[in-house]
Amino acid sequence: MAYSEKVIDHYQNPKNVGTLDKAAKNVGTGLVGAPECGDVMRLQIEVDDAGLITDAKFKTFGCGSAIASSSLATEWLKGKTVDQALKVDNMDFVEELNLPPVKIHCSVLAEDAIKAAINDYRAKNGLETIKFEESVVH
Amino acid sequence: MLKLPIYLDNNATTPMDPRVLEAMTPYFLEHFGNAASRNHPFGWEAEEAVDYAREQVAKLIGADPKEIIFTSGATEGDNLAIKGVYEMYASKGNHVITATTEHKAVLDTCKHLEKIGGEVTYLQVNAEGLIDLKELEAAIKPTTILISIMYANNEIGVVMPIKEISAIARKHGVLLFTDATQAVGKIPVDVQKDGIDLMAFSAHKMYGPKGVGALYVRRKNPRVKVTAQMDGGGHERGMRSGTLNVPGIVGFGKACEIAMLDMEEDTKRISKMRDHLETELLKLEEAYVNGSREHRLPHVANISFKHVEGEGLLMGFNKNIALSSGSACTSASLEPSYVLKALGLGDDLAHSSLRFGLGRFTTDEQIEYTIKAISETVLKLREMSPLWEMYKEGIDLSTIEWAAH
Repeated sequence: MAYSEKVIDHYQNPKNVGTLDKAAKNVGTGLVGAPECGDVMRLQIEVDDAGLITDAKFKTFGCGSAIASSSLATEWLKGKTVDQALKVDNMDFVEELNLPPVKIHCSVLAEDAIKAAINDYRAKNGLETIKFEESVVH
Repeated sequence: MLKLPIYLDNNATTPMDPRVLEAMTPYFLEHFGNAASRNHPFGWEAEEAVDYAREQVAKLIGADPKEIIFTSGATEGDNLAIKGVYEMYASKGNHVITATTEHKAVLDTCKHLEKIGGEVTYLQVNAEGLIDLKELEAAIKPTTILISIMYANNEIGVVMPIKEISAIARKHGVLLFTDATQAVGKIPVDVQKDGIDLMAFSAHKMYGPKGVGALYVRRKNPRVKVTAQMDGGGHERGMRSGTLNVPGIVGFGKACEIAMLDMEEDTKRISKMRDHLETELLKLEEAYVNGSREHRLPHVANISFKHVEGEGLLMGFNKNIALSSGSACTSASLEPSYVLKALGLGDDLAHSSLRFGLGRFTTDEQIEYTIKAISETVLKLREMSPLWEMYKEGIDLSTIEWAAH
């Protein structure tokens, strides 16, 4: 299967690979996927007092599309407010990266990772976690 | 100068040997006749060429030329053998024994039999990829007509104990069919010494052309017959109708002849490269060989690199190195290799596997390049892998409740 140029670029030069201090109160961590499914994404956001995402990091176990989706997610998240981040949709990844149908689950996983990270941040800061519609992954 | 890309997927198909192509070309242009045309020189030439190829093929496997049925490839051979025996021996029974790690052409043919009233036992394999001979014998019943066990596995290269299996089949008067696609031309296969009754194999896995193969059907002790699966002119002793693919068959014959001459030399050289590749890659942490290393084809290695996903791994070098992965991330099912799962591998390890198939044209230089490229990519992806980080922190991954499953 041929990958799009953008997927290849993110795979070869992934943005924001790394780890934030998951114990920190202003860091939200989302860990989604499962090793048995061949995809695990960990997405972390660092949020300032104004609710602005100042940093984002990822680590991903998965195919090139999964790596590209999470790399792209970190790029998109930086500079957004948490509320804006909630509006990122899996189809945004599909369009930006030209993902074929068989790779749509990678985009769903990236959206789930963002939501999970935000909920982790909210829980740590005494905010109610948001109930999302169960996404159908795999 | 090293020429890229490097081909290390010889279990999928092999390049043609130039000597094979040379033998074939006259049969496209000058000697284009139909081998079944009995009354003019074009037909005679074609028939003569087919007869000669039949001898070359038979010789490689210790058979009589009359026992070779030319087919379009191993998938057809598998179908013809299993369905053909099932129909021909219907009065004796309807039970077939096979194994879970067989090729799809065997497994799906067996599933077809189940739909039309057949009964099939699928034997499990151990962690090495081998069946248990006691289990095999225990599975035989009065209605068993066929045992279908592959000679060597296409994904892990594990070689089954065919001699022992045939001894059990003989003892109980059951026929033995083996899909020997990966073995013939690579290791010594002898239908007499091995006690094989039917055997399918293919030219394009042994440096011959695609679209041609053979089914060996024993003629003596016992005399075996299969019901034809295609109706037509009654070619190939009535077992396989259809105009013979003369150039393909000529190439197949030549490929068999070369395999016989070069096998010892090839095996020595290729297994040395395979062992070197394996030794070097196993120097990476958490790298494991899948399947038996003792009972294995000399040119195959299947290795899992834990906490790195196979398809992601391939992407790091697949412009330059052609390999297969047990990860089925590209397939719609998202299921990893059923062969690796049958060995008892967790899905995570199955997703992390690469299959190396070396061949006659593999060079030391290519292997050095491959070792370097793969080692670098594994290290790079592990830096990016949350599982690797957790593993390094001493977290037991099996204790984590994974979401979005």
